[in-house]
Amino acid sequence: MLKRMIATLAMVPALAWAEPDPADWNAVLKEARGQTVYWNAWGGSTTTNDFIAWVGQRVTEEFGVTLEHVKLSNTGDAVSRVLAEKQAGQDSGGAIDLIWINGPNFAAMKEADLLFGPFAEQLPNWALVDVEGKPVRADFTVPTDGMESPWATAQVVFMYDTADMEPLEDMDALLGWAKDNPGRFTYPQPPDFLGTTFLKQALYGVLDDTAPLLVPVEQADYDAVTAPLWDFLDQLTPHLWRQGRAYPQTGPRQIQLLADDEISLAISFSPGEASTAIAKHQLPDTVRTFVPGGGSIANASFVAIPYNASAKTGAMVVADFLLSPQVQARALDPAHLGYGTVLDVAALPEAERALFNEVDLGIATLSPEALGPALPEPHPSWMTRIEADWIDRYGVTR
Amino acid sequence: MRLRAMPMLTLALLLGPVLAGLVGTLAPAFGILPVIGRVEPGVDAFRALLAWPGLPGAVWLSMVTGLGATVISLVIVMLLVACWSGTRSFAAFRRALSPLLSVPHAAAAFGLAFLVAPSGLVVRLLSPWATGWTQPPDLLIVQDPAGLSLMAGLVVKEVPFLLLMTLAALGQADAVRAETVARSLGHDRPAAWLKAVFPRVYAQIRLPVLVVLAFSMTVVDVALILGPNTPPTLAVQVVRWMNAPDLAMRLQAAAAATLQLALVVAALGLWCLGERVVAWLGRAWIWSGARRAGGAITAALSLALAGSAALTVLAGLGVLAIWSFAGFWRFPSPWPDAMTLGNWVRHWPGVAEALGTTIGISALSTFLALVLAIGCLEAEHRHALRLRARGQWLLYLPLLAPQVAFLPGVQTWMLMLGVKGGVGAVVAAHVIFVFPYVFLSLGDPFRAWDARQATIAHSLGAGPDRVLWAVRLPMLLAPLLTAAAVGFAVSVGQYLPTLLIGGGRVQTVTTEAVALAAGGDRRAIAVWAIVQTGLALLPFALAVGLPRLVWCNRRGLLHG
Repeated sequence: MLKRMIATLAMVPALAWAEPDPADWNAVLKEARGQTVYWNAWGGSTTTNDFIAWVGQRVTEEFGVTLEHVKLSNTGDAVSRVLAEKQAGQDSGGAIDLIWINGPNFAAMKEADLLFGPFAEQLPNWALVDVEGKPVRADFTVPTDGMESPWATAQVVFMYDTADMEPLEDMDALLGWAKDNPGRFTYPQPPDFLGTTFLKQALYGVLDDTAPLLVPVEQADYDAVTAPLWDFLDQLTPHLWRQGRAYPQTGPRQIQLLADDEISLAISFSPGEASTAIAKHQLPDTVRTFVPGGGSIANASFVAIPYNASAKTGAMVVADFLLSPQVQARALDPAHLGYGTVLDVAALPEAERALFNEVDLGIATLSPEALGPALPEPHPSWMTRIEADWIDRYGVTR
Repeated sequence: MRLRAMPMLTLALLLGPVLAGLVGTLAPAFGILPVIGRVEPGVDAFRALLAWPGLPGAVWLSMVTGLGATVISLVIVMLLVACWSGTRSFAAFRRALSPLLSVPHAAAAFGLAFLVAPSGLVVRLLSPWATGWTQPPDLLIVQDPAGLSLMAGLVVKEVPFLLLMTLAALGQADAVRAETVARSLGHDRPAAWLKAVFPRVYAQIRLPVLVVLAFSMTVVDVALILGPNTPPTLAVQVVRWMNAPDLAMRLQAAAAATLQLALVVAALGLWCLGERVVAWLGRAWIWSGARRAGGAITAALSLALAGSAALTVLAGLGVLAIWSFAGFWRFPSPWPDAMTLGNWVRHWPGVAEALGTTIGISALSTFLALVLAIGCLEAEHRHALRLRARGQWLLYLPLLAPQVAFLPGVQTWMLMLGVKGGVGAVVAAHVIFVFPYVFLSLGDPFRAWDARQATIAHSLGAGPDRVLWAVRLPMLLAPLLTAAAVGFAVSVGQYLPTLLIGGGRVQTVTTEAVALAAGGDRRAIAVWAIVQTGLALLPFALAVGLPRLVWCNRRGLLHG
């Protein structure tokens, strides 16, 4: 053990000196060959697991990089791991090379200096990214500063069973419908991110002036801004599934409830999710999607590299590959993943643009025009505060 | 000479990590977590914990489900044994129940949930013809706030465990003769057993009962699947806080883990107090000399309860099997609209990979645990180094200390010592939890072995080592294999140690299954749960079958 410690210590200066430079991409590719990248990504959805497995095959073929998907039940596990490693002084050779991350986890890691970078905007495929039109430079209003690289976009839609109901116009309509159809709607229990997203979407729906949401919560009158939200939830909760005494723990579990006909309406953060689920027999083919009038929250998913990753160059190669048109077009296809692209498709060369035009978006997916306006994510401090308040108010029902 | 050191070495290997881990958890609970700049000791974390509005509910749930599940399981098992031990139907029941011991907790919990949920199989079979429901009723059955479904999920798994422990103890309690005497005095079968045999049997199974209590209070995976969430049990909340993106929450998580530890200690104390009350009442009952009828009703009731526990697990596995082949399956159809191999085809590559890792880890950790156990037992035999009652407690410590309370601390220590989290470290961590079961399973048959065989072998010129390898171990093939099967099943079921010590890089069937549980894709869960169950059951089949093959010409060696 002592020998190992000395060996590790001896390696530290060498590694620090050899910090890879993303600007020298040929050197990156050369060093990455033969590396194994441990990608820590949420493993709760078999659809995304299959997609990541496919990415792994392709990067092995093209770049000689082995990709291992470490399936997390919660992205916080990966944050804990890096934190524990830093706590133990393991500043290189860490267990995690790449994390699927966004929002508060990113804000926390960035603030605690747990990330490698900046690297994202030096990746070759960054040139294809739609920097203007997609939320790729700010993550929940926190500037990414090149410390994480985008790979998919998402926008809130509601999935509903046409056998039971019609699309709803806004949050008032949702409340009215829930009162008429008690027990047929629920949302994942915050702090699940999708559940918290519902709270934010509801907040947008009940507010007239949404400007305060884009600055840190300390700079706004929190109680006044959120009062309509709590009023709305106080009215809604008794009419939720199980009268709000229990909630599904995750988005996929909520989909199972929709499939079991326990509920008629569910929120999703992926416009293509319903089509994908129908294709995989996980939802009945009577399910369709709608967005409330006034638009819905949109954000991007990112990958980040811990400061002590073992295979930083390999991780950058994977991050860059995720931005390639072939991967982005496959991700868009609901038969595989059904996630939105971060690329500026209109600016792509003809052949690559065709990849995107060929994708059949599926029966339950809205066209980009029908998706309506994309609302920005509020500052993460809102999410943290609302989440905590929700838990105090509704998370403890007894 | 080396053998003499074996018991101490084993205790150090088991207890070192547990105690070090507890220290690693206590430090952040009292405010020390250097990486986020906290070095001043303080009790702020506990203050924050007390301010959490869910705390009374979570504490209450942990206590009630833990104590409740233990009391119910114990009562079922004791009544069953009191009424039926020695009968032919009991032998059949024992054979049916033993394999259920190895069904992983998570798989049993999924099965139960798929059965009793409002959209589960039971309601489907009754709808709409009997219930009139064309949509699932809005009833809170699974994850009910009182924790009843959680308790049920625990009871169905603890009944087989306690039953097997009791059966092992019966042999040492001189049960048959004691019961015969009591019955000759005019007591009916259950009363005779409870009055004359129970006190002795209970003394033998006391520690396993306490393990059940500690486990039921702190289990994470079953509570995630069946337990309530508004609020959840304290153990689940600890894991939630550990996962919170705000790093300062780790302090609160550590404080909650410390409280969890205190709760377990308090519950164990409460249990011991309860033992005294029961003993006092029992003595009064025995001295009263009352002889009352009613044995038949008790007998029927005990069989019904234990039978439904067994049936629930079996039916749950059945539903899982159906789901693993199901295409779309809409409520209230009692059968899937289509059956498909697609789920298995889709998940098989991942399953195959995890299977390899799991078998490797479990086989290795079981082997190491067996070596340690044989070493300890042989040292005991040759040098009379018998563990006293206090030593038995030490042996049980890794099973009594809540995993959420010490594993995060172990992880920190490993990193500080430069030990990489990997398959090797996971194997070492598994040995901590596998060894006690292997030792307990092997101990009695090993000690019960007729030492006159050794005398004969010695007289023929064999040294102690040769006696061990050529006579004792071959003769103990059946119990050795049973111990190995128990160890293997325990290792397969480990979730938190694999996740935390492996750094997330070691993926076993169980870590994959629980990660998928967060999702809720029933088909995927079903495939993984079936694989997990099969993996734990297979060694039991081998342990039963192999001795029959090897000793087909030595019937006397098949016992145990």
